Amino acid sequence: MCTLEKRGNLFILTLTGEDQHRFNPDLISSLLDLLSQVKAQATSGSVLITLAQGKFFSYGFDLDWAQAAGSERGAAKRLQDMADLFKPVIATLLSLPMPTIAAITGHAVAAGFTLALSHDYLIMRKDRGILWMPEVDIAVTLPDYINALFKEKIGDASVRRDLFLRGLKMKGDEAEKRGVVKAAYDGEAEVREASVCLAENLGKRKWHGEVYAEIRKGLYPQLSAILGLSHKVYAIARL
Amino acid sequence: MCTLEKRGNLFILTFTGEDQHRFNPNVIGSLLSLLSQVKAEATRGSALITQAQGKFFSNGFDLDWAQAAGSEQGAAERLHHMVDLFRPVIAALLSLPMPTVAAITGHAAAGGFALALSHDYLIMRKDRGVLYMSEVDIALTIPDYFNALFREKIGDASVRRDFLLRGLKMKGDEAEKRGVVEAAYGGEAEVKQASVRLAENFGKRKWHGEVYAEIRKGLYPQLSAILGLTHKAYTIARL
Repeated sequence: MCTLEKRGNLFILTLTGEDQHRFNPDLISSLLDLLSQVKAQATSGSVLITLAQGKFFSYGFDLDWAQAAGSERGAAKRLQDMADLFKPVIATLLSLPMPTIAAITGHAVAAGFTLALSHDYLIMRKDRGILWMPEVDIAVTLPDYINALFKEKIGDASVRRDLFLRGLKMKGDEAEKRGVVKAAYDGEAEVREASVCLAENLGKRKWHGEVYAEIRKGLYPQLSAILGLSHKVYAIARL
Repeated sequence: MCTLEKRGNLFILTFTGEDQHRFNPNVIGSLLSLLSQVKAEATRGSALITQAQGKFFSNGFDLDWAQAAGSEQGAAERLHHMVDLFRPVIAALLSLPMPTVAAITGHAAAGGFALALSHDYLIMRKDRGVLYMSEVDIALTIPDYFNALFREKIGDASVRRDFLLRGLKMKGDEAEKRGVVEAAYGGEAEVKQASVRLAENFGKRKWHGEVYAEIRKGLYPQLSAILGLTHKAYTIARL
């Protein structure tokens, strides 16, 4: 499902297996668990990279599990439950006391795209994989925290409109050009190398993790408010 | 004044006549009425195109009618009255259960530009016509919902500043380049054709209209709040 590995200063969170890495309550719970571990072991210079095996970064919530409820109402409730369970994952990423990088080597769809976007930097493949919010196509509205995340992370209103109202399937080169990802590379290995390279460079700055997290929350105030995150002022000046 | 036509899945709202298509209480009343009709007749695959005849898309509120009040106070009251009457038009567009396209074949100024901007997609002429917020030049402040509309629809703060603080008259190619419009074409016929093509392509997606409207409102939360629009969650999944 998902594993955590430490390599020097780098925490590497991997969505394992060749499946669609769909988020059901079990996977969400594992993610939360691993992120807590990352937070507990954080030091100055730590960096998180989240990556996935196979053709998918993640395809979002487990709609099969939702439908297994047996009725339309039951399915709707399960979908709502997963959206609620997933909120703390985003909250944890937003308050993680270290820089975060999403190494997107496959399709990142719906909640999968949301997970990626909750990282400070997104690196993607040019040759394969799309970013996609299919909610308009499957007639599902978006939870408030996902709306707030996209609003504060993606400044270009046309891009947000294209993603949400057009159900645009965005490939790596367009994502890079339109500022949705930091960079796009040809091939899985290149994406991973670039992510590690970026992580190592960020790690050398030896940022104070808690302060880094506070500055990040300040960058996304509406999202922070919706996620119920509080603020702390730090005046530990490294003079 | 304004007419509504149905062509297959397309609703075509036209400002008729060669005048400036200024908004006075009568025109606003008609607009509201026609938009209600569009909403009532909406089905999956519907789309709206708003267009105008002549040299103007619309030059905004009817300042002549305001001044016909006979006094400065009377004029201010009439202007205020039109601003209030116009709010529900923007609200209706923001909650319309279908994609909307503004085919801007002439000048769109002040309230006219606001009307265009209230559509999901703006298509404009390259060779003629400007987008212009005249308020700074005629010493009028901007209503709260216009501010929210510009803030949430135009992500680039410099563009917003250029419109509102500089009274910039933006032509089609600049508007396209700076992301204010989706595309600009060289001629009236081309703009209309492109709008129809875009609307027809959207129609083929057969989006669930109410869900589309909810996702749209979620994209523009501050504007929705200012317009008093409520939210509904949908989990009608087309799986």
